[in-house]
Amino acid sequence: MLNTYDYPEFDYQQSAEQQSGELKRHPVVIIGAGPIGLTAALECANQGIPVVVLDDNNTVSIGSRAVCYAKRPLEIWDRLGVASPMVEKGISWQVGKVFFKEKLAYQFDLLPEQGHKMPAMINLQQYYLEEYMVNECERQELIDLRWKHKLLSISQNHDIATLVIETPDGVFNMEAQWVIACDGANSDTRKMLGGDFSGQFFQDRFLIADVVMKNDFPTERWFWFDPVFHKNQSALLHKQSDDVWRIDFQLGWDADPEGAKKPENVIPLLKQMLGDDCEFELEWVSVYQFACRRMDKFRYGRVLFAGDSAHQVSPFGARGANTGVQDIDNLGWKLKLNLDGKAPIELLDSYSEERVFAADDNLMNSTRSTDFITPKSKSSRVFRDAVLQLAEKHEFARPLVNSGRLSTPTPYLQSSLNSEDEDAFSSCMAPGTNCADAPITVSGHSSWLLNHLGGQFKLLIINEDAAHSVEQGGVKADVLKLGTDFDDTERLVSQRYDGEQGAVYLIRPDQHVAARWRKFDEAKIKAAIAKACCQH
Amino acid sequence: MSLQLQTNIAKPDSFYNRLIDMQRDLSEEEVQMMNAKLILLLSNHIGEEEVLFEAMDLAKP
Ligand SMILES: Cc1cc2nc3c(=O)[nH]c(=O)nc-3n(C[C@H](O)[C@H](O)[C@H](O)COP(=O)(O)OP(=O)(O)OC[C@H]3O[C@@H](n4cnc5c(N)ncnc54)[C@H](O)[C@@H]3O)c2cc1C
Repeated sequence: MLNTYDYPEFDYQQSAEQQSGELKRHPVVIIGAGPIGLTAALECANQGIPVVVLDDNNTVSIGSRAVCYAKRPLEIWDRLGVASPMVEKGISWQVGKVFFKEKLAYQFDLLPEQGHKMPAMINLQQYYLEEYMVNECERQELIDLRWKHKLLSISQNHDIATLVIETPDGVFNMEAQWVIACDGANSDTRKMLGGDFSGQFFQDRFLIADVVMKNDFPTERWFWFDPVFHKNQSALLHKQSDDVWRIDFQLGWDADPEGAKKPENVIPLLKQMLGDDCEFELEWVSVYQFACRRMDKFRYGRVLFAGDSAHQVSPFGARGANTGVQDIDNLGWKLKLNLDGKAPIELLDSYSEERVFAADDNLMNSTRSTDFITPKSKSSRVFRDAVLQLAEKHEFARPLVNSGRLSTPTPYLQSSLNSEDEDAFSSCMAPGTNCADAPITVSGHSSWLLNHLGGQFKLLIINEDAAHSVEQGGVKADVLKLGTDFDDTERLVSQRYDGEQGAVYLIRPDQHVAARWRKFDEAKIKAAIAKACCQH
Repeated sequence: MSLQLQTNIAKPDSFYNRLIDMQRDLSEEEVQMMNAKLILLLSNHIGEEEVLFEAMDLAKP
């Protein structure tokens, strides 16, 4: 098979602590250097926490995995300084087409709202994503990335976890105040702690092929139900960088997974799909079965689960890595406040609370898409096909077509960290919502609002005179004030934050709204910071 | 609004006859597809989720 990508091999190095045999206690140890573990490392460093990352392997993600990344994770990666190579290398797209047999049944346009720094969606092979993050981790002094370090076992008491690690030089122990388990869907850490991981396995198999071809297909997401080239099943075609295309074929439950991925079976299938005169080469072929499941809670003592170790979704909707990155966004600042003695352990329980809520939203959406794509019974298949037939002619049926609802952030509207609105506001940007971006001007230069929020608490002041920074229990919120610190040249900040009549927003370090008022009131701001940090 | 359970169809026999007539010469599969489409079309016409869910609950065996 062809290789458009050279997998880097990262050097194993024996650590000083293993060499000397001295037992070291680290504030944070991350298990797994996949997209979520690497994001976690960058987030910890951004918070000023020295961090060790352990990975049992020494390269990036191999084969066909994540492709689509949505705006919110891109914004998080931008806050961590790694988004630009991703956006540069990635393919931006916005049109999706859904075909039933050979007819177009439905078409959507992500129609990204203007005035956001990050695009609605990019496509990029997962290995590039990881490579860019590894490069950035290597630049960061606070990150100690250790390849060929496998977690063998873990034990913990009230305030410390002890890890047993195996390297090419043997076995040694480390201690950690906090462990972030990012070791993927088959998480060893989860098994070691007896973590509950339940949900639904779908009785279906998918052939995932990455194919290299040069052609003039538009940069759109094409999805087929029951296409002529693959009767009674579904198929997907999507562009990645380097002229690599992702193609998915639904195989059904009875398919032989080993036989299906043999080139002599894959190539004829692709020829039927792409036409005889389309030249292509296979880059990678695998067969997957998908599941939708999650852990009962994401904190087990000193161990916090994030990414696929905590929750697994079917890839329809591109939610796996996208949501895992948002786990880390939620977790980093909470760990920092707890390590600094400014927040009790309940703040880490709010990580579980908020991200379990988001995981359930993702699981619900992925399960619904999977039910539509692979109907579970004869009569649900009839309903599915009826929707598709009606959608060709009638507008009303088109929104019922579900070939995957693409990842969007889940606002934490019910979170115990929010202070409820006392003043009247329009509903967007309610407490618990992630901040909308907007173009702004800072000392005459154009900039973006999100580049000035995040990392620590901030007070965003719009059309209100009184304002000064506020400190509560060692947690400080600095002011970002319209007119003084930035100009709202296109008036989009005032619009998106309902600020025409004056607004004061308390923004969390993960760029989520904690509370908002029409007037600046120090006592209320202090109470809201205390609530958002579980201080009592 | 809640689900209409009082008589609402002016000519019950005519309606019922049309419903049965429609299926007379169809295969079992065609009937299934027709029924599914009918449910979708009428559901969209009703629109209100509350009413639809009430009807679904009533229809359950
Ligand atoms: C076909 C397919 C398509 C997908 N498409 C998308 C998409 O379009 N968008 C999207 O957002 N997501 C998508 N996903 C999901 C995405 O790939 C995963 O959600 C993502 O990789 C999860 O990242 P992670 O870091 O949690 O785990 P992983 O990527 O699985 O990384 C886990 C890491 O932990 C290491 N590890 C494991 N055990 C140990 C141990 N004992 N000690 C030390 N290290 C260990 C592993 O070596 C690995 O590096 C797709 C997945 C598939 C299969």
